[in-house]
Amino acid sequence: MNLVFALLMGTIFGTVLVKSEVASWFRIQKMFRFEEAHMFLIIGSAVAVGVLSIVLIKKLGLRTLAGEEVTIRDKPYQKGVVIGGIIFGAGWVITGACPGPIYAQIGSGEYWALCSFIGAFCGAYLYALLRPRLPH
Amino acid sequence: METLTQPWPWYVAGPLIGLTVPALLLLVGKPFGISSSFRHLASMCSPKTRVAYLRDNDWRGELWSLVFVLGVIIGAFFAAHYLSNSAVHLLPDHYRQWSGGLRLFIGGLFVGFGTRYADGCTSGHSIMGLSNLKWPSLLATACFFIGGMVSIFVLDALFPMP
Repeated sequence: MNLVFALLMGTIFGTVLVKSEVASWFRIQKMFRFEEAHMFLIIGSAVAVGVLSIVLIKKLGLRTLAGEEVTIRDKPYQKGVVIGGIIFGAGWVITGACPGPIYAQIGSGEYWALCSFIGAFCGAYLYALLRPRLPH
Repeated sequence: METLTQPWPWYVAGPLIGLTVPALLLLVGKPFGISSSFRHLASMCSPKTRVAYLRDNDWRGELWSLVFVLGVIIGAFFAAHYLSNSAVHLLPDHYRQWSGGLRLFIGGLFVGFGTRYADGCTSGHSIMGLSNLKWPSLLATACFFIGGMVSIFVLDALFPMP
């Protein structure tokens, strides 16, 4: 049942990424050049709705569909937040896509985005191999 | 139908993306995040690996993540083919050749490596982490933008626009 909901929500999310052009290289360029507010307004309003919904979940003590307590894994500070974050920012500019939009570009028929996907897969593998030697 | 086939405005798209957070938490019981799918795919493809990061990763328990990104692909296909009047162009023309493919691959390497090192991407840190009011996620988001703005500056210097 969980997987059915995951598929459904992924489908809605993918539709939104394409229809709002969040998955567009052109929009990402305009965001990083501060030429239009579109992306900032989307991220801002998404976070506002997200904050509100988490406050509500905690206040009302809502439980998951399976009846479990809602838990959110902590992502504590480590040096990778800064170093990895900057590296990802560069990748975001070059590909015109963060991870979700890479999948969305492929689905929409931009098949050259498969290069971005293969790169991201290799990048994750590279991190796995180098992880013991990287500062954290 | 006309309004659906036009590009959607921010005040529709933003809240819909924000609602992904409670929807996943309540219906699937998982915090929102997409870049971990790269790790799960890498674990799935190397069942006998001795690399700790991939070996000690219960990708079967996180199968929802791979199903979710499959949904993203399906949703994007649907949006491009049934909710758009004209052809959807998300990449510039100069990327549709092998030199562009190489640039996308290198950019992808940065995306995969960087998001795993930072333990999250725009969804995991900028949407989920900020929604949960976590300062490391705010720092991560600031770093995403610093890295992006610096590379725009460097790329403009290396490849001047005609």
